[in-house]
Amino acid sequence: MAANLRVLRRRIKSTKNIAQITKAMEMVAASRISKAQARVEASRPYADEFTHVLKTAAKAGASDHPLLTPREEPKRAAIVVVTSDRGLCGGYNANVLRETERLIRRLSDEGKESTLYVIGGKGTAYFRFRNREMSGQFTGFSEVPDYANAAHAADHLTAAFLAGGENEVTVDWDSDDEADSGAERKVMFRAPQDAEGKPGVDEIHVVFTQFQSMMTQTATALQVAPLDLESEEDDEGSESSSSSDDSDGSDREAEYAFEPEPEVLFDSLLPKYVRARVFAAMLDAAASESAARQRAMKAATDNANDLVDNLVRESNQARQAQITQEISEIVGGSDALAQ
Amino acid sequence: MAEMQVDVVGVEKKIWSGEASFVSARTVEGSIGILPGHEPLIAQLREAGVVRVDPTDGESFHVAAFGGFLSVTAESVTVLAELAELASEIDVAQAKDDLREAEHYIGESDDQEWRVARDRARARLQAAGESVEQ
Repeated sequence: MAANLRVLRRRIKSTKNIAQITKAMEMVAASRISKAQARVEASRPYADEFTHVLKTAAKAGASDHPLLTPREEPKRAAIVVVTSDRGLCGGYNANVLRETERLIRRLSDEGKESTLYVIGGKGTAYFRFRNREMSGQFTGFSEVPDYANAAHAADHLTAAFLAGGENEVTVDWDSDDEADSGAERKVMFRAPQDAEGKPGVDEIHVVFTQFQSMMTQTATALQVAPLDLESEEDDEGSESSSSSDDSDGSDREAEYAFEPEPEVLFDSLLPKYVRARVFAAMLDAAASESAARQRAMKAATDNANDLVDNLVRESNQARQAQITQEISEIVGGSDALAQ
Repeated sequence: MAEMQVDVVGVEKKIWSGEASFVSARTVEGSIGILPGHEPLIAQLREAGVVRVDPTDGESFHVAAFGGFLSVTAESVTVLAELAELASEIDVAQAKDDLREAEHYIGESDDQEWRVARDRARARLQAAGESVEQ
């Protein structure tokens, strides 16, 4: 009986320790959420203005640019999967990966091959374990992503997108250098060197967890390129339809001047656009990750506390039983002596 | 005096927002000065360049903008940049060091990255009001 009591006490102690750790992780995650949310908010003006610029330029007649027109018979699609580096965040990664598998299946039904670009340690581990080939892996920044991380990943995508579904990415640094050293320097996109030989793609999709509120985050798949101007215009339309100067605005947009001409402008907008989208997805995902972790850790703390309560009750019972037994032994012993 | 709404927006946050009477910048095709009532324009800025803003109230200031675009309508100007820094936030000593380092390495190997670094350092110094030979 005494041994049992000791075991129970030990379990209570270790459970309390676990509760303390999960409580601390919950607090850390909670403080990260608000920071991550603030970053999502702060980056919004850029995304909004950028979309506006793109739309305006598109209306002014660069609409046959590869960014805007779906390719005929798309062969391959890139999927960017945004997961976390660390675990202990409930179903966060599982949801993203499930959504990814769904997207892969849908694309293959449409006759498109998928090639994966995975952000975050959990995602890369998942696909490596299943022996699935990945065109790109980026890890080490899932909780606090910065723009350089996003740009690095996005440039791989842009390179693949420019190459097209039937080709491979070729990196031609030398000729770029010559072009750059010319007097009239034009900013051209430079593919990252390690993108060499990666399969090209016709479409870019992003799977990430959208931060809707503290309690709801949903894994979402979005098509980034080619850009679907129609549907985005619908979104905007519903917002601005109430304002009376709508038709006025489109008149003015028709008179826009471009420097340089729209086609060239679009070429340099494309990589920045992909960067902005990937960055936005990463920020959203970071906020969701912290929220998911906070919730998972809160549940863990609550469970640990429940467990402690039950164990304390059990140990009290054991202690009481021990005392009762000792008393009855003493009473029994003195009775025997009295006789 | 006429005024226009000016926003300087970086990827991570809005750098500055307010009323201004004049904006000047360097696009890939040349320098441009914008007064209120300018024709609608979308322009690509130099990869590393300086934007000057004259607010309606307050002193004019400079912003170092990297990888930026300019979107102009009759009553507003928006500068979109992948990285934007207010002149007051620029570390001049650091930028000078960067410039020296970049120029040193350009002499040795003609690498693109150093040239970008040099241009960035130059833009920072210009924005901060230091004289740099172009």
